[in-house]
Amino acid sequence: MDKARRTFLKIAGASVVAGMAAPAVVKLTATPAFASGGHAAPAHAPAADAHGGGHAEEAPTGVRLGMVIDTRKLNAQDGLLDEAIAACVAAHNIPQFPEKKGEIKWIWKAPFENVFTDHSVHHGSKKVTDKDFPVLCNHCDDPPCVKACPTQATFKMASTGIVAMDFHRCIGCRFCMAACPYGARSFNWQDPRPYVKSFNPEFPTRMKGVVEKCNFCGERLALGQEPACVEACKGTNAIVFGDLNDPKSEIRAVLDKEFTIQRKPTLGTKPSVFYIV
Amino acid sequence: MIEKTLKGKPAYWVWLAFLGMLMAIGAACYVRQYNFGLGMTGMSRDVSWGLYISQFTFLVGVAAGGVMLVLPYYIHNFKEFGRITILGEFLAIAAIVMCLMFIMADLGQPMRALNVVLHPSPRSMLFYDAIVLNGYLFLNVLCGWVILTAEKKQVKPPKWIYFFVYLSIPFAVSIHTVTAMLYCGLPGRHFWLSAIIAPRFLASAFAAGPALIIIACLVLKYVANFDAGRKAMNKLITIIIYAAILNMFFVGLEFFVGYYSNIPGHKHALQYLFFGLEHHGHMYNNLVPFMWAFVILAFGAIATLATKAARTNDFVLFLGCSALFLAFWLDKGIGFVLAGFVPTPLHEITEYVPTVNELGITVGVWATGFLVVTLLYKIAIGVEHEVEE
Repeated sequence: MDKARRTFLKIAGASVVAGMAAPAVVKLTATPAFASGGHAAPAHAPAADAHGGGHAEEAPTGVRLGMVIDTRKLNAQDGLLDEAIAACVAAHNIPQFPEKKGEIKWIWKAPFENVFTDHSVHHGSKKVTDKDFPVLCNHCDDPPCVKACPTQATFKMASTGIVAMDFHRCIGCRFCMAACPYGARSFNWQDPRPYVKSFNPEFPTRMKGVVEKCNFCGERLALGQEPACVEACKGTNAIVFGDLNDPKSEIRAVLDKEFTIQRKPTLGTKPSVFYIV
Repeated sequence: MIEKTLKGKPAYWVWLAFLGMLMAIGAACYVRQYNFGLGMTGMSRDVSWGLYISQFTFLVGVAAGGVMLVLPYYIHNFKEFGRITILGEFLAIAAIVMCLMFIMADLGQPMRALNVVLHPSPRSMLFYDAIVLNGYLFLNVLCGWVILTAEKKQVKPPKWIYFFVYLSIPFAVSIHTVTAMLYCGLPGRHFWLSAIIAPRFLASAFAAGPALIIIACLVLKYVANFDAGRKAMNKLITIIIYAAILNMFFVGLEFFVGYYSNIPGHKHALQYLFFGLEHHGHMYNNLVPFMWAFVILAFGAIATLATKAARTNDFVLFLGCSALFLAFWLDKGIGFVLAGFVPTPLHEITEYVPTVNELGITVGVWATGFLVVTLLYKIAIGVEHEVEE
């Protein structure tokens, strides 16, 4: 099943590249050169089903999707971050509750001191203290939420490194919410459907009693599209998305060139979201 | 033996009816929560566990506390516990039943609970917690029932049961250790990320559990003409005092590490619990009265239980044990779980206040536990009286 899916992703990615020559589309397969010496990547990859990815060890092979967020560019243009958030909300049928209590958030904005709690803002530069920063799931390479889940309803996809959710398996114990050091997870405290403003038939709505979070737009990637927030920032290069394990990828070029920081790196979760501040 | 539950004085039936009423209220509240979702509770995105999980955590301790009778009786052959060991086992059953009910009440999708079994996840501590809790429940039902049946027939219990009795001792320790590991293995939750959590849980359990058993013995003495014997109770007092002192010592160690190291992450939750935490000009201190009540009641209870009067006077003993049980309930059944969410991963503070509906369910589950323990004790005492006749 996993193999079929990987093949599908390959085909989907390749056909889009070939057909539309879209330069920004993310390549979802590892380059053969980067596969571990002597072994073909698919054979070497753990034979996990769609829910078994959480057991895979950190693999230097395979794809690990990540993101570099250039907050200088993001903040340079008024409302750009809000557009990215709105694109995500529309793409994923994220309900908008009037009260803070029930809120569901996949990507949202917060001040520097809240996002980077390990960094001091004592005598902080106005460049950071006055700005908002996007917050989303870090798609950790070693995700504590996946470890905590008692049903493997949240799992790391072996083919992409995405930390994904199975809304139909989640029992709503919220252990993952306690485990996530980034506050990236939300729970449906009530039926979210009446609070979905614009309905996107391409993505499922959720029911009450399950946890949800950013999925790096796995469903869009499968169709050869970019994540919604990345697409919303098109042309600005404010968010660069790609395979962290591919030394020739655009994201690696950005990481090589720029000084970036991650959220709470000391916890050893190996976040896949990087920030240029 | 079940027929013993069907005969009783009017007070017995009034008590059962009272519990039944509370259970009915709890059930009605649960139906509302089931239909609407957990939004009926005071929990939120920031404080994602509330009263249910904190009650669960505390009651695991009560269940584990029963081992403080089993161990001296079966390992050290402390004969005076012979009459009340069954009370410890039956109390453990009721406590585990409450634990499982609180877990079910807390699930967003309770109909999917079996996914824990269908998709076993050996890296999740909740997986192990489910195993040890159900295992401990099974062991106590088995041991309690087999030994009581033997007593009724006035024969020695079968030899094979002792394997399960001895097995139940490490299981008792494991249920609270694994429950501690639900918390202390999570990165980024500084208050929980402490190696002292499991020892602290065990210490408070070995005080609160036996305290509840003494309270039960005293009640049974006056309502059911069942005397556990002063020698047994006085031994329990000693156990309770040492365990309680250990718990307070461990709490003190948390304070030392937090305030001497002066690392903000290690101090925040303690500051929030005991003194209130100021954030952006607002003082957050909902739990402060509860925590000081815990400290005062705990030291008061230890002092009371250490007096000579506690060893001779039933009322003093009752007061001491009640204060101690309440104190450790405040500590673990209120403070411990809630403070772990302060501050949030994004260093904000959200306070939690349970809703009336949530309290209704909580009371309903407690009432169910009391009902289970009442019925089981009725059986146990009935058998003892029958044998004595």
